[in-house]
Amino acid sequence: MAEAAVTGRAQVYTAQPGLKGVAGDFASDQRAFKNVSWGKAMMWIFLLSDTFVFSCFLIAYMTARMSTTVPWPNASEVFALTIGGVTLPLILIAIMTFVLISSSGTMAMAVNFAYRRDRRKTAILMLVTAILGAAFVGMQAFEWSKLIHEGVRPWGNPWGAAQFGSSFFMITGFHGTHVTFGVIFLLIVARKVWRGDYDTERRGFFTSRRGSYEAVEIMGLYWHFVDLVWVFIFAFFYLW
Amino acid sequence: MVDVPLGPAGVIPPAEVEDMELYHPHSWVTKYVFSQDAKVIAIQYSATALGVGLVALVLSWLMRLQLGFPGVFSFIDANAYYQYITMHGMMMVVYVLTALFLGGFGNYLIPLMIGARDMVFPYANMLSFWLYLLAVLVLMASFFVPGGPTGAGWTLYPPQAIMTGTPGGQDWGIILMLVSLMIFIVGFTMGGLNYVVTVLQARARGMTLMRMPLTVWGIFTASFMALLAFPALFVGAVMMLFDRVLGTSFFMPAIVEMGQPLERGGGSPLLFQHLFWFFGHPEVYIVALPAFGIVSDLISTHARRNIFGYRMMVWAILIIGALSFVVWAHHMYVSGMNPYFGFFFATTTLIIAVPTAIKVYNWILTLWRGDIHLNVPMLFALGFIVTFVNGGLTGLFLGNVVVDVPLSDTMFVVAHFHMVMGVAPILVIFGAIYHWYPKVTGRMLNDALGKLHFWVTFLGAYAIFFPMHYLGLMGVPRRYHEMGGMAFVPPSAQTLNAFITVVALVVGFVQLLFVFNLIWSLRHGRPAGGNPWRATTLEWQTPETPPPHGNWGKELPVVYRWAYDYSVPGADQDFVPQNQASITRAAPEPAS
Repeated sequence: MAEAAVTGRAQVYTAQPGLKGVAGDFASDQRAFKNVSWGKAMMWIFLLSDTFVFSCFLIAYMTARMSTTVPWPNASEVFALTIGGVTLPLILIAIMTFVLISSSGTMAMAVNFAYRRDRRKTAILMLVTAILGAAFVGMQAFEWSKLIHEGVRPWGNPWGAAQFGSSFFMITGFHGTHVTFGVIFLLIVARKVWRGDYDTERRGFFTSRRGSYEAVEIMGLYWHFVDLVWVFIFAFFYLW
Repeated sequence: MVDVPLGPAGVIPPAEVEDMELYHPHSWVTKYVFSQDAKVIAIQYSATALGVGLVALVLSWLMRLQLGFPGVFSFIDANAYYQYITMHGMMMVVYVLTALFLGGFGNYLIPLMIGARDMVFPYANMLSFWLYLLAVLVLMASFFVPGGPTGAGWTLYPPQAIMTGTPGGQDWGIILMLVSLMIFIVGFTMGGLNYVVTVLQARARGMTLMRMPLTVWGIFTASFMALLAFPALFVGAVMMLFDRVLGTSFFMPAIVEMGQPLERGGGSPLLFQHLFWFFGHPEVYIVALPAFGIVSDLISTHARRNIFGYRMMVWAILIIGALSFVVWAHHMYVSGMNPYFGFFFATTTLIIAVPTAIKVYNWILTLWRGDIHLNVPMLFALGFIVTFVNGGLTGLFLGNVVVDVPLSDTMFVVAHFHMVMGVAPILVIFGAIYHWYPKVTGRMLNDALGKLHFWVTFLGAYAIFFPMHYLGLMGVPRRYHEMGGMAFVPPSAQTLNAFITVVALVVGFVQLLFVFNLIWSLRHGRPAGGNPWRATTLEWQTPETPPPHGNWGKELPVVYRWAYDYSVPGADQDFVPQNQASITRAAPEPAS
């Protein structure tokens, strides 16, 4: 009977291709997503929930933009910088976007090295990711202060609909908060990698659980998500 | 419908993950206060929610006193009345029902019913409760700030919610309400992720999704829905907070206040209503689905019959959950949105009646020729079916645009939603507490008090809400501090109102009897033993009662069958526990 149990497992859990495999996994016991850890499943579902938050923000912004009775300020003029006598529309946003997308690249490399148990390279790449993220937030702070200096407020601005400033501060602020939290957690995980917590299975300070290198990948999921959200904000707020 | 065995020979696959590592508390504080044990967190959630429920109950008394005997109680002026309405509604829907079903029953029952040692993230689970408590404290604080709590109605519609004239609109009330909701949502997200991931990824060996008790299905689906619905409320709350504090105009059109045009404009009040109801309608089912699940298990256990059409019951839960995200604007027929929307949302709303009716028929067919034990949990379960059918039928009235328009904002609406999402889920909560209290404490609740509690609550609820349908059809509006100057309302309406008030007071006092029963039985209740209801599900098979930290002792349970093997022909008992390999206890268990 014991042998039958082992073969029984093989019969039930041989990964079948396509929909059959999915249905088989869902019909099985213990786990619906085979080989997905609790942490990773949690992050995916959290990101789904967070997608709804950002979708609501963006849809609300579009509704406000449609319902307002005064003209919407021209984004490419508002977000232009004059560098060396040349006015470049959206130049800062372009740099910010480039920085954030690049940080996704370094994050992906960090995940790769984490699975090779390369502590040094993983930690350095995570640190680079955190620095790029911090640079993004720094440029956002510059952008905020420039607009505030030019008279943009949540309740009004010199060029048109008041909802422009409201939506701008709310959406970029909420996204910036996400990036900031990401940077903080990147630094925490990078420190753990550097110290070798995931090799020695040192227990977490709060949760008293053993960590693993998968934490880097879970961190990466969050980071790529924040990146992806920025692409939508860029498209809908700055380019529209 | 019978259980589908796992694998060709019905053998149970070996464990895929190593046993869960538990945090072992060392002090009284980490064991009972800052506890990471889902069962302690469940009790903390439930006790807090019941406390909030009592406050909300007192608020409903105050409202009824004003409606039944207008002018007699001088401290209930119009402002106070609106504040009671608002706080009663918001407390009951979010801080009582949601917290009790998901935070309370979810935490206690999910790990036990699926054969896990705990939730998958015990630390986040603990934070979830403490954020919930913080949200409750912030909400309660609004009773003690200048201007008092917000009186905007529980739907908090702008622009009136943040304007002069609405209690708390230009004071602290609305701010505290919005902040409290945001904290609640953050806290719930931590708990909700736990519930969902635990069900998906941490089940016992042999526990397939289609062997889970319907209670787990209901709570699981509701938690998942809540993770998708609460974001809309969160965004709405953030935007309204900015409108109120920063002077933005997301929801503020050009508007005149006290004869003065405000420096606002261009916002869309309808936008808030869409955001609110995109949360608000799924919220109805977030409360109802756990009730559906729990009541299925109560009926099956106490009628000693397998649930009829288990598979359809599961699909009905999932379909209702999915449909509830595309019906929200049926709350907005009179809001001034595009009339074509009404056609779409009325259709989707009425389609929900199909899976719901499947569930009701299946409950009745489960009872059909069953060995019905009319004990207290069963009484509450039967009370739920009747009440839910009643509330569901008036839902068909209100789901149709043409019928809804004249009935909108009348007492008919109040009667409808109290029946369907007030009384019905509360009856299930009571039934569930009578059912699982023996597992939580090891003692039975007092039966005589329980029966008194049921009959007064059940009959009382009908005496309260049945006449309200009639008042509503006569055109008596809701949310009115007092009638008067309405020629179409006959004086007899006032007599009816006074009658409702007296009944409401009596029903309220019986709830205090229930609280007394909860406390008294803790010490003096009859010892229950491990499985007083002779039920099949895993939580009744724990080696100790109440279950200790880690639930199962050394060996995790192995599941061989679905949750509804009652009265199986040939079995030596009239129930076969899920972790029993053969239908007779004497037979040797196969090695796994």
